[in-house]
Amino acid sequence: MSTAAPIVIVGASLAGLRAAQALRKADPAREVVVIGQEEHLPYTRPPLSKQLLAGEQEAEHVALPGGDLDVTWRLGVRATGLDRRAHEVVLEEGPPQPYDRVILATGCRARPWTGPGAELSGVHVLRDLPHALALRDELRAGARLVVLGAGFVGCEVAATARRAGLEVTLVDLAAHPMLPLGPAIGSRMADLHEGEGVALRLGVGVEALHGDGRVNEVELADGSRLPADVVLVALGAQPNVEWLEESGLTLDGGVVCDATLTSVDDPDVLAAGDLCSWPHPLAQGDRIRVEHWTNAVEQGTLAGANAPLDPVERAAHVAVPTFWSDQYERKVQAVGLPGLADAVEVVREGDGKLVAAARRDGRLIGAVAFNDVRGLMAYRKALAAGEDVPPPGAADDAEPAPLANGAR
Amino acid sequence: MKVHVDMNLCQSHGECVFAAPDVFDLGEDDVLTWKEEVGEDQRAAVEEAVQVCPMAAIRIEG
Ligand SMILES: Cc1cc2nc3c(=O)[nH]c(=O)nc-3n(C[C@H](O)[C@H](O)[C@H](O)COP(=O)(O)OP(=O)(O)OC[C@H]3O[C@@H](n4cnc5c(N)ncnc54)[C@H](O)[C@@H]3O)c2cc1C
Ligand code: SF4
Repeated sequence: MSTAAPIVIVGASLAGLRAAQALRKADPAREVVVIGQEEHLPYTRPPLSKQLLAGEQEAEHVALPGGDLDVTWRLGVRATGLDRRAHEVVLEEGPPQPYDRVILATGCRARPWTGPGAELSGVHVLRDLPHALALRDELRAGARLVVLGAGFVGCEVAATARRAGLEVTLVDLAAHPMLPLGPAIGSRMADLHEGEGVALRLGVGVEALHGDGRVNEVELADGSRLPADVVLVALGAQPNVEWLEESGLTLDGGVVCDATLTSVDDPDVLAAGDLCSWPHPLAQGDRIRVEHWTNAVEQGTLAGANAPLDPVERAAHVAVPTFWSDQYERKVQAVGLPGLADAVEVVREGDGKLVAAARRDGRLIGAVAFNDVRGLMAYRKALAAGEDVPPPGAADDAEPAPLANGAR
Repeated sequence: MKVHVDMNLCQSHGECVFAAPDVFDLGEDDVLTWKEEVGEDQRAAVEEAVQVCPMAAIRIEG
């Protein structure tokens, strides 16, 4: 392929924007094309379940800085295929877009409810800005909201809706909310929501949604029926990889990459963000996919820096994943891969704060905190350095300095 | 160069502290403190902090 072709990024959201910024920084003259199916310039999603949903922010507040970047934005354009032999991104409409190198950043979408009643109005998902605006229109004080799925998006919406005066029921097949963080954290999250007046229906699945044009009832697997004015389906996210099915790239739920975020099949193809599956040292080289904001930033930036380079010169992505979730006055933060832990042990608790260490086979692989960024920082640094923080029970003075002495 | 943080936006995520520990810090009750005037040697670290701040609260001047 001639090097005259641009570097193309598919997916104009967080990872795509960071990749474009990194490419621009590395080479101010290189032609960069960003293709995105949404009509909007890149915006940030976390407020969609929090400040924007609560009415504290409007659409203009969620725009990500960088939309004025000097690259070619092709918005409202959907990619339908990747022809690697021709070095072209196939588009839904119009001629294909040639590329020299391509960065795949098409992220995830909300997993829909596919059972009975899926077609009823009043049934929402939450991923994109228009979803958030549509859901917000229906969050009226006194209305009954049933949230299917107590993952982080479901829990955040439950909290936002509760604060807006709705009657909220949170349903999940799992025994506690935020399953990947383990039962110690999950039971405390359950207590938080119950204390705020959310009705929890845990350990039970959903059978059907009922209504007459508009949803009015959620039927659970145990036969009970919950009256509902609005339903949010928050059953997690699925990677947008279907458009790549005929590309010949290895897909395992995400785009399978090596440590440098380069496709294992093609050095001219890189991936970043929610859809990227890559081997992580904390998972002992197993491939993981991380659906969180900071990961999209870090991977987008690295993929953008790596793309113009020869494969042998590309740097590996080793950053420790981190994530946060704000619910009521509680800021839940996690570092590492607590979802892979076999034990999550509370190290400190009190005053609304908590720090817990996540271990697998005794090895530190993550940590979780409530309202304690400084407490978490020691673990984050230890994980980045491949070290451990002594488990509770070890002498107090063995605690690393930042825990006791974080302030300057 | 000067570093500005919009404290109306800042949610004390601490991402900036991790990216640029010599410039940003979290004090008592996780309130952010930072150096307003920093040397060129910190530019790369502060630029990274700008990129990773989830609230887009950090601005560099100069
Ligand atoms: C409501 C909500 C709240 C969240 N809150 C938090 C939080 O508090 N903390 C946290 O760490 N993370 C949070 N996240 C997760 C975070 O937003 C994601 O990890 C991040 O958006 C991933 O960025 P991305 O660029 O990889 O993918 P995405 O943001 O999913 O972007 C992918 C883009 O590609 C586009 N696209 C898809 N297919 C095609 C195609 N065929 N052609 C062209 N374009 C295509 C999509 O339309 C989309 O614009 C939240 C997510 C949601 C939905
Ligand atoms: S990263 Fe942003 S929001 Fe977080 S503490 Fe720093 S300035 Fe505040």
